[in-house]
Amino acid sequence: MELFKEDKVYNFLGKGKIFFVASFILFFLAIAIVATKGFSFGIDFTGGSVVQVKYTQAAPIDKIRESLQKSKLFEHAMVTEFGSVQEVVIKTPSSTVGVNNDIGDMTKEILKGTGDFEIRRVDMVGPQVGGELRVKGLTAFLLTLMAIMATVTFRYEWRFALAAIIAIVHDIVITFGFVSYFGVDFNIESVAALLMILGYSIHDTIIVYDRVREYIEESKETDFVQIINEAVSRTQSRTTLTSLTVFFVVLTLFIFGGDIMMSFSFPMLIGVIVGTYSSIFVAAQLVVWTGFSVADYRQRMAEKVKMHAEKEKMRSQFEGGVV
Amino acid sequence: MKFNYRIIIFAISIIFAIVYSVPSIFQTKWGPKVTLGLDLQGGLHLLLGVKTDEAVVSRVKSIASSVKHYTEHNEILVDSLGVTASTVEFTLLDHDDAKNISKLFADMKGVKVDIKGDSYTVSLTPEEIAKTKQQAVTQAIETIRNRLDQFGLSEPVVARQGQDNILVELPGIKTQAEEQRARELISRSAKLELMAVDEGRGARVSTLTPLDASNMGDEILPDAQMEGVKHLVHEIPILDGGMLTDARVEFDKNNRPVISFTLNSEGAQIFGDFTAKNVGNHLAIVLDGKVYSAPVINERIGGGSGQISGNYTMEGAQDLAIALRSGALLAPIYVMEKRSVGPSLGADSIHASLLALVSGFGLVVLFMIFYYGLAGVIANLAVVVNLFIILALMSLMGATLTLPGMAGIVLHIGLAVDANIIINERIREGFRAGIPTRRAIAEGYSKAMRAILDSNITQLLACTILYVYGTGAIKGFAVTLSTGLLASMLTAIVCSYGIYELFMHRIEESKNYTLWFGMSRRKEA
Repeated sequence: MELFKEDKVYNFLGKGKIFFVASFILFFLAIAIVATKGFSFGIDFTGGSVVQVKYTQAAPIDKIRESLQKSKLFEHAMVTEFGSVQEVVIKTPSSTVGVNNDIGDMTKEILKGTGDFEIRRVDMVGPQVGGELRVKGLTAFLLTLMAIMATVTFRYEWRFALAAIIAIVHDIVITFGFVSYFGVDFNIESVAALLMILGYSIHDTIIVYDRVREYIEESKETDFVQIINEAVSRTQSRTTLTSLTVFFVVLTLFIFGGDIMMSFSFPMLIGVIVGTYSSIFVAAQLVVWTGFSVADYRQRMAEKVKMHAEKEKMRSQFEGGVV
Repeated sequence: MKFNYRIIIFAISIIFAIVYSVPSIFQTKWGPKVTLGLDLQGGLHLLLGVKTDEAVVSRVKSIASSVKHYTEHNEILVDSLGVTASTVEFTLLDHDDAKNISKLFADMKGVKVDIKGDSYTVSLTPEEIAKTKQQAVTQAIETIRNRLDQFGLSEPVVARQGQDNILVELPGIKTQAEEQRARELISRSAKLELMAVDEGRGARVSTLTPLDASNMGDEILPDAQMEGVKHLVHEIPILDGGMLTDARVEFDKNNRPVISFTLNSEGAQIFGDFTAKNVGNHLAIVLDGKVYSAPVINERIGGGSGQISGNYTMEGAQDLAIALRSGALLAPIYVMEKRSVGPSLGADSIHASLLALVSGFGLVVLFMIFYYGLAGVIANLAVVVNLFIILALMSLMGATLTLPGMAGIVLHIGLAVDANIIINERIREGFRAGIPTRRAIAEGYSKAMRAILDSNITQLLACTILYVYGTGAIKGFAVTLSTGLLASMLTAIVCSYGIYELFMHRIEESKNYTLWFGMSRRKEA
């Protein structure tokens, strides 16, 4: 089966403006959403406790809330259904320090009389742990960006790197706009998802860049816009296919992973879609905007080849003992 | 025919992958296995902090005990011996004893003695304080490890994390009661003290406030068994559990479990001296700030052994004996982070992620065959081998498979076929350009190579950073992904090419590009 017409070169840049406007709007809309709505940070970051309780019958949520209200520890607790009607999650910003009598034990005590239940999970993070995690997450993110900037500059050119970074930021901001909008928990798994999207986005972008570089090196075409149209058209089939396979697996994670994987699978799901879109419609075109010149690049390439050839010549002369 | 080294590599990879993943899949007795993370098999994860300041306080108190014993033993008369948060203070009644008492401090390390006339202030040097704090953490780790080893759980992890935090991981905890028991064992300070009851003021205990007691050099302690009963004891203990050599469960005459303990020679000496001098008085056996019994001393007790009787169950007595044997915690510990997952939830998570794995894999496999024909089958084969290699490598590394790790593997299936998609698209392009089969395949691989390498290297870098800066579960995610990336470079680039080489003649003869590459038509070469 073949999805794309084999020799056709699509004029992606011709419609470039539409996509830029779309990206622009989405990007700032996402920022606005995050700014106003914020994230529902999980306890990994804020500190607090999550207790997951499973009842043998449908969980009596009202009764649970009522019982919890009486305890100071659960003053700001939120009780939500989790996965099925039998299961609830109690989330509270409080945490305890006792090893022996912790929030799980207290929950068990407090919920006595609400039915037959089992405590399946207790996650508790003290306030000092959360702060450390935020710093670490942010450091990891910035370091990764720098590493990408360095490798892409080394393998391609700094303008490509800059465009790639902008595309990544674009993908991540839009993804987390969705996360914020839908109020999905922002947890340590979300950071993993964020870094995954980052990796995926750069991966897609590099595949396109590789073609751009190839055409610059091998064709006589001087119009950079044409080169990019050509490169994006030729890689479009693979971009779409890989996106599809990745989308399949992320979708199954989203469906079967349940609520416990939500803070990973949801951002991944959005990220894959946005990442694919940006590597087709945004990343390569951004290089045009950074003022990349094909002629300059070819000249530098030629110089490099010349220098290399000279070096080789010198070496062969040296080795041959002619010098 | 050219020697097909690629297919040899492929064969070796398959053998390697299968041999090393069998132990993990079938949970055999032999061979290295992947361990399941706590979130998958259920268990308890604790990050503990140590209140190191309290270790300093108890160090000061033990200095006071030494001073008390030394002065009594050498018949030096002192007045108002007492402790503050960081110092021991006392006044010498007879100035002639100054030389005598300086001998005690000459042997003591890490203390600073201020002498003003006959009043002494003993404090710890800053280095000693730092050392005491460090020791408290090290000792807590060892103590907790000892206790958990004796508790009989499989593979408990007790490790230092950062400067003074302790990581405790207990896989295989089945019930909440078991978890509760383990936590009690960990947190029990198991501080045994033998203290003298203040006989003179003891009767007035109910009318005293803690402050009154402290002013008199006394302390009010609750009774362990009788609610509301209080004991007034001298603040400075006669000796503490540091001098204990053994603790065991025995039975008293009513056949109830009691714990009998044995002191080392120094402890036995002090204990003997004290009991000789205090015949007829009460001795309080204090454990974790509660008086367990206060028997009358009938005669000098030599040999240095004693008994703690409480209303113990057999289990409780055993746990207490373990705690006493493995030593007291110098400083109390507190929980900074706790994650406990019940085994049923772990099983649910395994089930859910396996379901995602199988269905994700199924979708990808079908799609690849549908789109690429036999080339898709080859790509799928590469992915299957890839999965086994991941499992084999993780088993060899003794890595832990967590829930995010499982998610990483599922995600990897989608990404792993990418290399083959890139290659196949390149091959198809070659065909469209009318390049002969053999060359089209060779060019497809060589051209795809650069893009694959560039992108995989960038991703490996990201994974490394993820590993360095990630915590627990995230590390697992980074490990599975980077092993996957490396394995996919091998299977997608080398191994699948080997298969093409193996069937090259047939592909060339059949010219059936729909069957082999899922293409509807091609330009004839």
